[in-house]
Amino acid sequence: MYVATKGGEQAIGAAHAWLAETRRGDATLPELTVPQIEEQLGLAVDRVMAEGSCHDRGLAALAVKQAKGDLIEAAFLLRAYRTTLPRFGASAALDTGAMHIRRRISATYKDLPGGQVLGPTFDYTHRLLDFALAAEGNALPAVPHAEPNTAQTPRVTELLAREGLMQREATSEAEPGDLTRDPLSFPADRAVRLQALARGDEGFLLGLGYSTQRGYGNAHPFVGEIRVGEVAVCFTPPELGFEIELGDIGVTECQMVNQFKGSRTEPPQFTRGYGLVFGHGERKAMAMALVDRGLRAEELGEDADAPAQQQEFVLYHCDNVEATGFVEHLKLPHYVDFQSELENVRTMRASAMQAAAE
Amino acid sequence: MNAQTGYNFAYVDESTKRMIRRAILKGVAIPGHQVPFGSREMPLPYGWGTGGIQVTASILGPSDVLKVIDQGADDTTNAVSIRAFFRRVAGVATTERTAEATVIQTRHRIPEHALTERQILVYQVPMPEPLFRLEARVAETKRMHALADYGLMHVKLYEDIARHGHIATSYNYPVMVDGRYLMSPSPIPAFDNPKMDRMPALQLFGAGREKRIYAVPPYTAVRSLDFEDHPFRPIRAPHACTLCGSRESYLDEVITDDRGGKMFVCSDTDYCAERQAAKAAAE
Repeated sequence: MYVATKGGEQAIGAAHAWLAETRRGDATLPELTVPQIEEQLGLAVDRVMAEGSCHDRGLAALAVKQAKGDLIEAAFLLRAYRTTLPRFGASAALDTGAMHIRRRISATYKDLPGGQVLGPTFDYTHRLLDFALAAEGNALPAVPHAEPNTAQTPRVTELLAREGLMQREATSEAEPGDLTRDPLSFPADRAVRLQALARGDEGFLLGLGYSTQRGYGNAHPFVGEIRVGEVAVCFTPPELGFEIELGDIGVTECQMVNQFKGSRTEPPQFTRGYGLVFGHGERKAMAMALVDRGLRAEELGEDADAPAQQQEFVLYHCDNVEATGFVEHLKLPHYVDFQSELENVRTMRASAMQAAAE
Repeated sequence: MNAQTGYNFAYVDESTKRMIRRAILKGVAIPGHQVPFGSREMPLPYGWGTGGIQVTASILGPSDVLKVIDQGADDTTNAVSIRAFFRRVAGVATTERTAEATVIQTRHRIPEHALTERQILVYQVPMPEPLFRLEARVAETKRMHALADYGLMHVKLYEDIARHGHIATSYNYPVMVDGRYLMSPSPIPAFDNPKMDRMPALQLFGAGREKRIYAVPPYTAVRSLDFEDHPFRPIRAPHACTLCGSRESYLDEVITDDRGGKMFVCSDTDYCAERQAAKAAAE
């Protein structure tokens, strides 16, 4: 006698217990602490903050621990937490020009006001596995200390804009749309596009940005500037009526300079591709800036036939929490639909075989 | 706010519920029309029924009795998980009996038992847009719905007939609602489509990832697309249920060994169990 599979509830409970056990791993080894993750896996924490679109290093580190290092799962955990928080208002626009800079480089000028500040970067490391790092307790190399850079560090794109060579962005006092409250609709304005890209998947944007360099979108980008550091978030509570500083957040900003041949209404000039992400995330900020510029093709009267230039394609597919959900849901049972397909294919095969026999 | 769970009744906060209820009301007022809504991240992944969960959470009251099915069954892992979620965050009574439930959340099936006016059926929807395989751009399909321009779908069905001799869509079979909007019934088998027509229960559809809600009010005409000379035909495995003997219910095929052995059992576990109990009582 056939008995249908029962006991989903016990199976789920047991699976969760097993998951907790594998998360802990070998119990003879010390358990990772959340502060250790926050301090020593800082770039993973930053990526989770960016894609989870919630600036909280402690919670992001917790999410990394809970997700066993699966960063998309960690971003999802953070998003699901974020969505329960009340939204009490919109901050003033960040002034990244006044950033406390840890790293600032420009690829368009050899030297410039504020200077080139290399900061903590992998860029010129040789990618040789450091076997000494496998043992703990190594003495750190001496880090030379310098006086903090208090010089004004104007944005490179602003220098160009003053000369009229860089297109100025239209400013608006209107509160930007919020795609966590209102679903995307098309055509999406630039503020909404940038929001979607800022929380978009690093790998997806990297691939798309790369494609614009390889001829799918005809980009001619220069890194005007990348800056990484702390910037103040200011907010005007309605009950106070004046602006207060809520605190500093770490961000990475990338401004790409792109050529624009000009149109009937605008002379030839440079145009901007913009990227801004939480934490230290240069790869993501650069890819975002390339894709942002790609998505401006239509507005600038350029051909828009490459994937990175198509709003719906980019914006609907860049969110990794949505993408991983829909891809992975395929492992949920589909036997009802599959049964219909079985009958369907059997019918089609029967008529095809009959036709062949005749 | 419930002190024990730390979350609002049914997890979703009240202002979000109000936003969702407005979308539902708009959906009911325009049967079959997809209403965009500010879908929230849920503590379950997209694709697991986040749209259905948000709709259920917004309509659930403390006295409701909830049934959750996946593939027609109450004991599939995802149904178990969603039922446990609402037990935990709403503390509502749950049931596996179709007749006892006031709200039924479903994935991929409509229960075999006819539903009544005092019940609401909430569908989990992966892709709310019935035209998405024919036209991927949402801005374009929106225009097509506005103009009731559904020629593309008719041509697709016609091409099926020209190629295979019959319409080769066996699930997620497109329907016209109230003679106006083309609608995806969610991936239920075409076998279930006729149950939607003039159903006494309110039918609500939630697509979380795609951020759309739509509805079919009670007693609304729902017609599966077809042609006069090729009428709609629901597909069902031509067998009887091994457990209860039903020749009317939708069947799952179960592989019993690796030598081609198989059997067919009802996909609706409550319907099947009830019939088995009645048979046992009669003997």
